[in-house]
Amino acid sequence: MSRKLKEIIIKNIFFLFALISIFILGLIVVFLFREGLPIFKVVSVKDFIFGNEWYPTYNPPDFGIWPLIVGSIIVTLFASVIAVPLGVLSAIYISEIAPPLMKEILKPVIELLAGLPSVVLGFFGMVVLAPWLQETFDLPTGLNIVNVSIILAIMAVPTISSISEDALYSVPREFKEASYALGATRFETIAKVIVPAALSGISTAVILGMARAIGETMVVLMVAGGAAAIPESIFDSVRPMPASIAAEMGEAPFRSNHYHALFATGMVLFFITLFFNLIADYISTKFKEVGSGTL
Amino acid sequence: MKKLSKILLFCLCVSFACTGLAFAADTIVIKGSTTVLPVAQASAEMYMKSHPDVNISISGGGSGNGIKALIDGTTDIGNASRFIKDKEVKLANEKGVYPVPHRVAIDAIVPIIHPENPVNALTIEQMSLIYQGKIKNWKEVGGKDKRIVVVSRDTSSGTYEVWAKKVLHKAKVTPRAQLQASNGAIVQVISKNSYAIGYIGLGYLNKSVKTIKVNEIEATVQTALSGTYPIARPLFMFTNGWPKGAVSDFINFVVGPQGQEIVKKEGFVPLY
Repeated sequence: MSRKLKEIIIKNIFFLFALISIFILGLIVVFLFREGLPIFKVVSVKDFIFGNEWYPTYNPPDFGIWPLIVGSIIVTLFASVIAVPLGVLSAIYISEIAPPLMKEILKPVIELLAGLPSVVLGFFGMVVLAPWLQETFDLPTGLNIVNVSIILAIMAVPTISSISEDALYSVPREFKEASYALGATRFETIAKVIVPAALSGISTAVILGMARAIGETMVVLMVAGGAAAIPESIFDSVRPMPASIAAEMGEAPFRSNHYHALFATGMVLFFITLFFNLIADYISTKFKEVGSGTL
Repeated sequence: MKKLSKILLFCLCVSFACTGLAFAADTIVIKGSTTVLPVAQASAEMYMKSHPDVNISISGGGSGNGIKALIDGTTDIGNASRFIKDKEVKLANEKGVYPVPHRVAIDAIVPIIHPENPVNALTIEQMSLIYQGKIKNWKEVGGKDKRIVVVSRDTSSGTYEVWAKKVLHKAKVTPRAQLQASNGAIVQVISKNSYAIGYIGLGYLNKSVKTIKVNEIEATVQTALSGTYPIARPLFMFTNGWPKGAVSDFINFVVGPQGQEIVKKEGFVPLY
């Protein structure tokens, strides 16, 4: 076999594998839409998305997922408020400030955090954090927005931290050296040169971290409390979309309106994560450093 | 509806039937309700011990999934904690599947609270109002001055369905109710929260929570069996058509004396 032929075969095999994974992904999307769209024969898109009542098994049923969307958005925002500073600052520390030994320890530890199964974190939230929150703040329930946001933040930190760290690491040495040569302090260099240079990478990290939080299922199912109502305080229970899908899908009669409504909820979730990914993509291309700063 | 009554007729016949031969190296697949799961599991273990040539694989997933699997032909027995719905029967018939129900046990559903909560008994009406969010404080039903945290199952679970029918009489649960996806999770939450009230199948009851008498009747095996306990439901195993061979033999085992002994041990109420 000639080398050229070998090359062609190998190239095509890789192409085939790439094609298969895209094809499977496409099939999943087609399936999601095929199972989700029929609900809109029963309820209008507007009533589905902005409806305040989620009573899928009553007669007549109500298919309004607005409280679930609000639940998802709120926990994601609160989780980001906690996770973004932690993730970004730890990335800055690891890549710019930490001595080599510290870096050797911290980096794998944070990445290990990403490997923690979400059910373990959820159980921790349910059994340890919830009773503690309840006692400390004298609340009726510990399964609330604060609890779930903390747990989701723990899950998002590794994503944010490791991607940010990669972005910071790829800021060229010359930038730093130039900054020091101009007499800037270490802090000034980090705040005014390195972080701005890596900002597109950091933004991507933040958005991917948020996408991770909004799609997380097990934790929100176990810890969010599951009240399908618009929360009135940060200590209220909420039911984010994935929790609703996971809790109800098992018992929803096959191809019933309820079943279709849950798939349609999945579609909404799909569009939200897609939107996050598009933003991340847009930011990383638009604000891409050119020349020696290329990521 | 005609098809449904046909199925009911089948069901009736099954209770009289007592045949079945185990064939060598048979495999039985069982899927469905998590409520029926412990009974199916323990029965299967015991059955396989006495019938080493039969292999039984069991998974949960909920009543809906059990019936769906039966319709898809991916299971031999679909467990359900509710009766099959008209829509599911129609779907099954379209695919040439004729689900036959077999009643295997009775499940009583018990309201539970934190052990430190002094409330001992509630009426169905009081519980209905609590779950609708109209009674909001424990002091309104003779407890401490504390907000009531309502914990419910997801609205599509079989346990919830019974609760909605027998306690709420189809009224809507307050949207502020917390949702938990399993009996075990409800016990977990109630045992940690002195504000909360929840409900579970009798089989999941343990010492970490306290039961409430319903209309002054305590939920026990005796009261559920005699029908005096008001919140109880039958549990089913569905098969595609008349069960044959090993499947039939297994179902006879479950409804037989040994199987019913297991039902009792798992905290459910045996049929006799």
